[in-house]
Amino acid sequence: MNGLTRGSAAIVGVAESDLGAVAALMNPLDLMAQGIARALDDCGLTLKDVDGLFCATTQARTSAMSLAEYLRLPDAYTDSTIVGGSSFEVHVAHAQAAIAAGLCSVAVVTYGSTQRTVGRRAASAREYNAYETPFKPFLPASAYAMAASRHMHEFGTTREHLAEVAVAARQWAQLNPAAWEKKPLTVADVLGARMVSYPLTVRDCCLVTDGGGAVIVTSAERAKSLRKPPVYVLGCGQSITHASISSMPDLTHTGAIRSGAEAYSMAGLAAKDIDVLALYDAFTINTILFLEDLGFCAKGEGGPFVSGGRIAPGGSLAVNTNGGGLSYCHPGMYGLFLLIEATRQLRGECGDRQVKGAATALAHGNGGVLSAQATVILGTAATL
Amino acid sequence: MTTLAQSPLATYIGHLEKGELGYQYSPAASQAIFYPRVICPITGSQNLEWRVSAGLGTVHATTVVHPQQGAPFNVALIDVDEGFRLMSRVEDIDPMDVRIGMRVKFRVHPAEGEEPPYPVFTPAGDAK
Repeated sequence: MNGLTRGSAAIVGVAESDLGAVAALMNPLDLMAQGIARALDDCGLTLKDVDGLFCATTQARTSAMSLAEYLRLPDAYTDSTIVGGSSFEVHVAHAQAAIAAGLCSVAVVTYGSTQRTVGRRAASAREYNAYETPFKPFLPASAYAMAASRHMHEFGTTREHLAEVAVAARQWAQLNPAAWEKKPLTVADVLGARMVSYPLTVRDCCLVTDGGGAVIVTSAERAKSLRKPPVYVLGCGQSITHASISSMPDLTHTGAIRSGAEAYSMAGLAAKDIDVLALYDAFTINTILFLEDLGFCAKGEGGPFVSGGRIAPGGSLAVNTNGGGLSYCHPGMYGLFLLIEATRQLRGECGDRQVKGAATALAHGNGGVLSAQATVILGTAATL
Repeated sequence: MTTLAQSPLATYIGHLEKGELGYQYSPAASQAIFYPRVICPITGSQNLEWRVSAGLGTVHATTVVHPQQGAPFNVALIDVDEGFRLMSRVEDIDPMDVRIGMRVKFRVHPAEGEEPPYPVFTPAGDAK
């Protein structure tokens, strides 16, 4: 029980900022503001309507303060909860709660990063951990690599299974004009790519790009009068099981089990009812773990499940239709883009990659090293 | 209220300086606790005992980091027999030959300059 009411709020506007490699000296606040302007235009609202700011970035310590200044919104309700890449799924739940409580009426959830331009180390400095740093794990990759090592050991998952995830993502990216990487990719290409942290090669790892965007959330009542069909928040859930990989309770069972169960319970839906999935694919093992933990296949069967093109275009389950963090874009914290793609799919705006008749979507955010899991289930008016 | 004389990390490092792998045990939870803390996360109790591990464990997870420069090296999670897990590496063996389930034995990697000592492991044969 999380106290939220199914369908009480809706996503009404979404937009990306500039993506990929942005203009010199752009900063994360510029990208947030650009995303906000475009998302407001998407729904027909203006900056004057905004009274809630939900944001997170590793490049501004007090991002809500900086954003309130940038937008000159001194009275806005603010929340800059940061739990890594899933922060934005958490923000949607917090925005829904804030709107229900009357703390704000039009909430902006926003992100911006220039990590490609300034370098990953400058964009997101690693904190010293006395119990891990001496061993020089290449984080976050080595943490996911160790989770993959357990999955391979316990369930017989192979590097080829992992590669299938990257290949499917690339095939979806080829259908998305906004995607960063569109070159054809095979399982052999993934296996033969530069090793980063065994068993993960560079093609098992998400992209390093700039980018940002915004999502506008308002009450279901207000949503009805806006430009685009509302996409309703049907379910939310979250779980934070650890921060560092050496404290993860079970390397093959993530907090998505709990966050998903909570979101399904609130939505009154199950995995079989979901038409489109947006799963945070920071690394190829993520997609396998989350398909299992969110109930799309049994624990341990994720490897065979993703094989043979099942999650690629034309497959039986539409997963990461924008090309994901692996091929579309990954500016440090990717969670906002899951919400953008899920919303567009439910509005039928996705062109060549559109999933026909999609009425429900699940956006699953991952933060840290499989640490902070947050699930948001969205639906069209027909699902209310 | 008494002021804590020594941080959990300082106590841990103190054990390593003596060649020991120290860890905490929570009598209230009847369980080993790692990393060292000021309260037991299971019960909230401030009563945590320090104990010294016998230094034997099993590889729980493993990876081989390929740095841009330099030789690949191992990073592993070790399940120590007393019931706690830590990050470390297995030495004296090719990093690709480190296997989940392998028995390993603790030794101290000595302090270097500002860097305090830390625990590493070596293959322990097939004992146990």
